[in-house]
Amino acid sequence: MAYEQNLVCFNTFGAKESWTFETYNKHGGYEAWNKVLAGELTPEQLIDEVKASGLRGRGGAGFPTGLKWSFMPKNFDGQKYLVVNSDESEPGTCHDREVLRGNPHALVEGMAIAAYAMGATVAYNYIRGEFIDEPVPRFENAVKEAYEAGLLGKNVKGSGIDIDIHTFVGAGAYICGEETALLESLEGKQGKPRFKPPFPANFGLYGKPTTINNTQSIASVPAIIRNGAKWFADLGPEGSGGTALFAVSGHVEKPGNYELPMGIPFKDLLEDICGGVWKGRKLKAVIPGGSSCKVLPADVIMNCTMDYTSLMDAGSSFGTGAVMVMDDTTCMVKVLRRISRFYMAESCGQCTPCREGTGWLYRMLTRITEGNGEEADLQKLVDVANKIEGHTICALGDAAAWPVQSFLKHYHHEFEYMVRNNGRSIVDAATDAAA
Amino acid sequence: MSAAELLSDHVKDEIEHWKARFPEGRQRSAVISALHAVQHENNGFLTTELLNAVADYLELPAIHVYEVASFYSMFQTKPVGKHDVAICTNVSCMLRGADDIVEHVENKLGIKTGESTADGKIFLKKEEECLAACCGAPMMMVDHKYYENLTTEQVDKILDGLD
Repeated sequence: MAYEQNLVCFNTFGAKESWTFETYNKHGGYEAWNKVLAGELTPEQLIDEVKASGLRGRGGAGFPTGLKWSFMPKNFDGQKYLVVNSDESEPGTCHDREVLRGNPHALVEGMAIAAYAMGATVAYNYIRGEFIDEPVPRFENAVKEAYEAGLLGKNVKGSGIDIDIHTFVGAGAYICGEETALLESLEGKQGKPRFKPPFPANFGLYGKPTTINNTQSIASVPAIIRNGAKWFADLGPEGSGGTALFAVSGHVEKPGNYELPMGIPFKDLLEDICGGVWKGRKLKAVIPGGSSCKVLPADVIMNCTMDYTSLMDAGSSFGTGAVMVMDDTTCMVKVLRRISRFYMAESCGQCTPCREGTGWLYRMLTRITEGNGEEADLQKLVDVANKIEGHTICALGDAAAWPVQSFLKHYHHEFEYMVRNNGRSIVDAATDAAA
Repeated sequence: MSAAELLSDHVKDEIEHWKARFPEGRQRSAVISALHAVQHENNGFLTTELLNAVADYLELPAIHVYEVASFYSMFQTKPVGKHDVAICTNVSCMLRGADDIVEHVENKLGIKTGESTADGKIFLKKEEECLAACCGAPMMMVDHKYYENLTTEQVDKILDGLD
């Protein structure tokens, strides 16, 4: 089946210099914002439209964006903030970088609309520090172009609307993708998640009402307002409106960032869009939404559609839309060990179960791959994961636990084989037997 | 002499440029950007004197600056080589041969990850985490520039081209 691509966030892709103001304008850019400036849309109408579109937070949690906007206090007399989370660091995820590089004006326009809808006059875009060479200048240039076109600033086009957009550049910490850690970082502190409540809508940046949204979520807003909520909602199935940016990586012939309608069957994504599993090999497993999501074996994922409901019913989640594909030569023990190293390195250290538990997980998995594992370790891994899950301030703890639980559930025999064979992988054994 | 006098005019301009983005009295928000600017001028690493200088300039307790410098992975608090080489080894890159790239570079430079070459030219970062270029795996970042779909031949060319 043929799928129409690049309908929302990537709508300028394919054009020469897709990131410029001129290109964006030719693709319906700033139509929605100009309507707002002309007084044709009230904040309430904007929030209702985004609610009706079915847009859900693309940063991983999938919380309805319009509903989140509605949590901002309406009659607050003081500064309110919009903060965009461009701290893209969930392993496997690399599409926000494409928005920043390839269509930054969609984000600028989305920020202006979102800020106005929530009564915020200042918006920050928190971009990860490693993006300093290309994505940051592209975004900053887009902001500059928008100011020059008279679309940002004080009393924009005589509308009475004020909106200032600033870039913030981080310095390398996965945890800053957690929204309250991001606020701490934006305040110039260590990125350690805050205890909630109070939630950011009441006590956010500098203690003021703040909403934090993901880059892709905000970049989707102009197309929603331009084309209508129904147009967006109808692109995907019930409960998963719109398109999503799928970052497909790993063992496929054509890895890449693809903007496709939500609900595309995984089979079509793999075979039609990405050219199938590389080197003519067989599919073994897929992590469907970034490394924090539970792994799904081939026979399960091949029957899934790529949306919130289908992946949840299959026992995983949509996450960030980062699809990590593994072929049948992949050693699942080694992959899990690498994932566990990541969570150990990135734990901020403030909650004991996560700080200590992630180290335990990694050290046990290392011991197993080095041939010093014991059969009791397999149960111990799950025990430690269970003791982290649900016992920490933020979701990093859960994110460290879920891969362990799911890898051991689906691939227990690989761990068992390695423990019984002094660190030898079942995959290597199969290759040797075939040779 | 105040500690802040260690900072160059360029760094001070840079800090002021960032400070202007935040409300009055919220200059602490400029610490991360200030440290980026200072580190860039100091061949890629920070010293206690420089951290004190930033604290003094921003009128903050020194601990506010120390804790930021020690928390974020892009800040180096010990002397390192001039060029920063970071090879991603997270899952997407690992699945497409990142471990072989790391091994190749370690052998080529005669150092392990986390070390700098004896001539002070190259710093090979400790196992780098995901840099968000997963569809171009394996990838590495050299002095903030991304290089994707790497082969060992390309890696050689990039590293040999560093001054």
